Amino acid sequence: METKKYNYELRLYVAGKTAKSQTALANLHKYCEEYLQGEYKIEVIDLLVKPQLAEGDQIFAVPTLVRKVPEPIRKIIGDLSDEEKVLVGLNIRPVNMKQ
Amino acid sequence: MTKDNKKGKKPITITLPKTRTGITGLDQITGGGIPAGRPTLVCGQAGCGKTLLSLEFIVRGALEFDEPGVFMAFEEKSDELALNVASLGFDLYKLQNDKKLKLDYVHIDRSEIEETGEYDLDGLFIRLDYAIKSIGAKRVVLDTIENLFAGLSNQAILRAELRRLFQWLKDKGVTAIITGESDGPSLTRQGLEEYVSDCVILLDHRVINQISTRRLRIIKYRGSIHGTNEYPFLIDHEGISVLPITSLVLEKEVSTDRISSGIPALDKMLGGPGFYHGSSILVSGTAGTGKTSIAACFINKACINKKRCLYFAFEESPKQIIRNMRSIGMDLQTHVDSGVLEFHAARPTVHGLEQHLVAMHKTIKTFKPDVVVLDPITNLITVGSVSEVKSMLIRLVDFLQEEQITVMFTALSLNTGISEQTDEGISSLVDAWLLVRDIESNGERNRGLYVMKSRGMKHSNQVREFIITDNGIDLVDVYLGPDGILTGSAREAQKLQEQTGRVLRTNAMGLKDREIDRKRKVLEAKIASLQTEFESVEDELNKVYIEEELVKKVTEDNRKELLRMRSEGHARGDKTGK
Repeated sequence: METKKYNYELRLYVAGKTAKSQTALANLHKYCEEYLQGEYKIEVIDLLVKPQLAEGDQIFAVPTLVRKVPEPIRKIIGDLSDEEKVLVGLNIRPVNMKQ
Repeated sequence: MTKDNKKGKKPITITLPKTRTGITGLDQITGGGIPAGRPTLVCGQAGCGKTLLSLEFIVRGALEFDEPGVFMAFEEKSDELALNVASLGFDLYKLQNDKKLKLDYVHIDRSEIEETGEYDLDGLFIRLDYAIKSIGAKRVVLDTIENLFAGLSNQAILRAELRRLFQWLKDKGVTAIITGESDGPSLTRQGLEEYVSDCVILLDHRVINQISTRRLRIIKYRGSIHGTNEYPFLIDHEGISVLPITSLVLEKEVSTDRISSGIPALDKMLGGPGFYHGSSILVSGTAGTGKTSIAACFINKACINKKRCLYFAFEESPKQIIRNMRSIGMDLQTHVDSGVLEFHAARPTVHGLEQHLVAMHKTIKTFKPDVVVLDPITNLITVGSVSEVKSMLIRLVDFLQEEQITVMFTALSLNTGISEQTDEGISSLVDAWLLVRDIESNGERNRGLYVMKSRGMKHSNQVREFIITDNGIDLVDVYLGPDGILTGSAREAQKLQEQTGRVLRTNAMGLKDREIDRKRKVLEAKIASLQTEFESVEDELNKVYIEEELVKKVTEDNRKELLRMRSEGHARGDKTGK
């Protein structure tokens, strides 16, 4: 693992390259670039490849976005199409929000 | 007849492949288990044993049928689960290490989860698939999948995904149990029964008169005949046991072997060798008539004959019974020590009737006795109605007869009240019925024993007095006097009286004999005198007769002489006259 600490460590669980997972990944990238530039790390885990990882983060739905850092762990499931909900879910501070 | 057979017989031709659950009794009512390769829904209210049943299904599968299983828990954590069932002797950790079991806890916490947009439950599928593949599972449990509904708000997705999940499970060919909590009139909160339509089992936990009974019912089982009743089940230290006790067919084996009652005189009343082996015997009587003593006598004898005996005591503790029986010359302790006799004492109120039955059933199955005693069945009335007790006893008798176990019930009968009905109720069921009754007279109570019925053997119709001595029980003939039956001291008195009578009679006989003797002598003397009188009369008569004879003879002689003289005189006269 990389030693560098990010303020936001995000993990996106997907199951294959489905439309939903593509949408979710695209949305995630968009929000992160917008609000968390340079402070984030995204790890994409394909459960079809590594099914054993599903248990660790208690994944049952895909796509699921897990915020590992900062604590506490938060999960957002779905294709992340609702921006506001994602931001609330990730607890991204409103100061960074564009007006 | 044919209709009955169809209903009662277990299906001989099983069209549907079934997976045995390994849970005692459940495989019997389902006719071989739950549908193989398909999901089964187990539903019930909170605390009715859904999780335990499903977990036992997995554990038994792993241990007994070599079918590894995945247990996906949505409610309890793996460690909690393992701890909960450790008391049942299931070591989940060991099974996990042996790759026979996989516990997977799915944690769903709404506060941690945010939903945005479209998603599916592929994560769950993948987890399950991974778990199944990792141990080659044949069995899957999802407990309780409805928790998903609590964690996720998009019902439309969930429902679609659940439908997909069950189809997916079928495609996988795993035998699955899905648990669901019932809520009000519906079987499950989320209507899972819509998705799982092959087999639905309902568990129920009811409290009636402060006594709880667990029951199980198969609501539906597509493509298979199954028991439709509510079956009581028990959760104890060995897991779940379901009792499908009502056997609808009367096709029991019967034995012509006899088993002694332990009282030789009673055996004689029953035509010699005693009761039939595998029959049911009812001993009823009022309080203090010695029902327990008869039962103890019976098992004492059976134990001596090296038969295994089981004694269910609902009134006295084993120690009490042993002490009491020692006072009448029976040492039950030695039998307990040698292991042929086992006591099971319980207050009837410890649990419900059905539970009692299940518990007895289990004890009997493990101990495998030849003789069972229930003392007394009337105490069971305290935990159920008369009809319930009867139905329970019917099932017990059924089961015991199937196992070829001789059973003796004791029943307390009062002159009035419901208890009498019990013994009436069961009396039609049993093969032999002994009635011990108080016979009260002359200020004392004595016991009379009747054989009310004894199927299939010649038996005495007489009442015997039943006495308990220091050396055990004995039966003596009662005295049938002019005033009816005499027992106890009245019988003894009558005996003495008879003896006195006999002495008096012999005395009287002596007197009479002498009188007759005397009479005879007098008569003989009289006869002798008459004889002599007759002889003198005869002589007299003879004398006359002889005289007459003599006279006649002399007259004849004279006449002849005269004639001769005349003829001579004529001749001479002629000569001279010429």
